[in-house]
Amino acid sequence: MRLTQGTFSFLPDLTDEQIRAQVEYCLQKGWAVSLEHTDDPHPRNTYWEMYGPPIFDLRDAAGVIDDLHGARATFSERYIRLNAFDATRGVESLRLSFIVNRPSREPGFRLERQEAAGRTIRYTVRAYATDRPEGERYP
Amino acid sequence: MTTAMGRPDEMQPDLGAVLTAAPVEDLLATLEAELVGLAPVKTRIREIASLLLVERLRREVGLSSGPPSLHMSFTGNPGTGKTTVALRMAAILHRLGYVRKGHLVAVTRDDLVGQFVGHTAPRTKEIVKRAMGGVLFIDEAYALSRPENERDYGQEAVEILLTAMEEHRDDLVVILAGYSDRMDQFFRMNPGMRSRIAHHLEFPDYSPDELGAIARLMLTAMQYRLSTDGEAALAAYIVRRRAQPDFANARSIRNALDRARLRQANRLVTRGDGAPLSRDALMTIEGVDLRASRVFDSPALDPASPRQGEEALR
Repeated sequence: MRLTQGTFSFLPDLTDEQIRAQVEYCLQKGWAVSLEHTDDPHPRNTYWEMYGPPIFDLRDAAGVIDDLHGARATFSERYIRLNAFDATRGVESLRLSFIVNRPSREPGFRLERQEAAGRTIRYTVRAYATDRPEGERYP
Repeated sequence: MTTAMGRPDEMQPDLGAVLTAAPVEDLLATLEAELVGLAPVKTRIREIASLLLVERLRREVGLSSGPPSLHMSFTGNPGTGKTTVALRMAAILHRLGYVRKGHLVAVTRDDLVGQFVGHTAPRTKEIVKRAMGGVLFIDEAYALSRPENERDYGQEAVEILLTAMEEHRDDLVVILAGYSDRMDQFFRMNPGMRSRIAHHLEFPDYSPDELGAIARLMLTAMQYRLSTDGEAALAAYIVRRRAQPDFANARSIRNALDRARLRQANRLVTRGDGAPLSRDALMTIEGVDLRASRVFDSPALDPASPRQGEEALR
């Protein structure tokens, strides 16, 4: 099951050239671009691991693309996303975040039903991948 | 070359169209107007500009040779315009479409070299990333290698720079600058660096006439001018200042002019007759403003050997 999180998630994965164009746009807006990775695809898992500190004072997308290649080489079987942070006073939050790398096989999620008091059913999703410990989830 | 064969031979690239598309000529003209002297440097810049234009024409007719390597080293005495030219270089290369953004990241040893093990590489890499799409200008680059300390982290920075210069040849241009003798030593220590730099530009010292022209340019930019007596005083000042040991070419001239402005202001304020000052008086630097300098205290040295004072110190 293809993970859909963040911007452009229902489009086909962006090519490097398209990613570069997006980064150019972010830099032109003065946003700080950063890369993060995780192997826990749960939609509520917002805190991914940083791949290096956010890249400030950049003028050209080449630096980000360079980092992205490094991240892909290190974590090829993990989700990697690219974030653009807008530090403008009053905004101070992510403006753009999209997935730039995903594992070759994405097993997807299981729906769990929990019987609670009375006839109540509680639903939750659990990623098949997280059945295995961290670091071994995407062989 | 396979692409070239498919094309008709009679296809004529239009040099005029490319020249207008990349208006380099006016950029070179301002360079000519605003930079005094530096003939070898200007020639080289012109050559590089022509090469990049021809490269573009060759691409149009399907000839490919890869982007030329444009890493440079600027060597010369203090105040000979290395930083100024580096700034212009970024704009020129941008105009010629060689670098994408055309910004200049000016750094020194402190920005590249870390303070403890493992600190240097990320620092240098970050600087390289920031400079991508533009020009990385490393001032006093010889400080990067300190042969007397074999555990110095400068060598690590040099190695990372070397890789970056090779791998990201089309992303950034590295310009190393420094005083001639120390840069020679630096290149001897790092032969890899010397071979990766295609353009070694030597910035000559300015002649007294050129220094005079520079002074007039600076004054015009600051909206001042010299009186006739001031002109004579400036010429005498330059001859004497050049003979002094710590002479730093245009930088010394700039400092001298700044001090002359101070004295001019003081002269106008303390003149005591209370008459309104004319626009002319506010603009004019007189001979006395320059002659009050300490340079005129010492007896005049022989102008034929301008570096006499320096020799004496050694």
